Amino acid sequence: MAATPMNQLSALVNNMFATGLLDEQFQQLQMLQDASAPDFVSEVVTLFCDDGERIIGELTKLLEKSSVDFDRVDAFVHQLKGSSASVGAQKVKNTCIQFREFCQQKSRDGCLKTLDSVRTEFYDLRSKFQTLLQLERQIQGFYPK
Amino acid sequence: MASCKGLGGEGSAPAPHVLAVDDSSVDRAVLASILRSSQFRVTAVDSGKRALELLGSEPNVSMIITDYWMPEMTGYELLKKVKESSRLKEIPVVIMSSENVPTRINRCLEEGAEDFLLKPVRPSDVSRLCSRVLR
Repeated sequence: MAATPMNQLSALVNNMFATGLLDEQFQQLQMLQDASAPDFVSEVVTLFCDDGERIIGELTKLLEKSSVDFDRVDAFVHQLKGSSASVGAQKVKNTCIQFREFCQQKSRDGCLKTLDSVRTEFYDLRSKFQTLLQLERQIQGFYPK
Repeated sequence: MASCKGLGGEGSAPAPHVLAVDDSSVDRAVLASILRSSQFRVTAVDSGKRALELLGSEPNVSMIITDYWMPEMTGYELLKKVKESSRLKEIPVVIMSSENVPTRINRCLEEGAEDFLLKPVRPSDVSRLCSRVLR
């Protein structure tokens, strides 16, 4: 199969579903994109990436403190869990669920380890989202609306 | 795509105006898109305080759909303020939450919420709201 942008996009998205990075909520977002909202997926993905970066920064700062405010950590993780669920970011969402358990246990070590996992998964997802959006832009360039 | 058939469109009444309240920019964008694709007119705000400001100036809100967990004013607190107001109490309020907590759900329903949706909200949830809340 020729490596056209459309085929590359399809292969990338299929891979993201197959590896559990995305779940069917992402398909719901794709279905909401139409002529009246042609950039909807791109806009939501961008909001998610900006939001996720901000939250991970806040979590890093909170967990660096000598006395950790686990309630505040939990509140930020709850936010990230919510936005992950809304865009279909399944892996990040599931790690946030584990993260909240460590918050309930007030386990700093558990929170730090899980923050590392969230960070890795989030940046992996963000990188793939960036590729996805680049391919979409290329496709729109070939087939302008 | 789910839609509120018979609402809005040519020759009929204007589309119902829904006030969406959520502190998450991602959830606001998704919810607004789902509501617009179901032919609602949507105003999305990021807090209960802004919701009350808008309700004070906008006379024709057909439904409020609000997240439960928000800083400063929860969706439950917003629901209570709406139901305590003689001017606003008839507006249906729907609460959303990512957590399925029966005591929370019951508390909201007892306070007068029309429905309680689990996040992430889907077009089929909105379709159900059309038939129950806005008929």
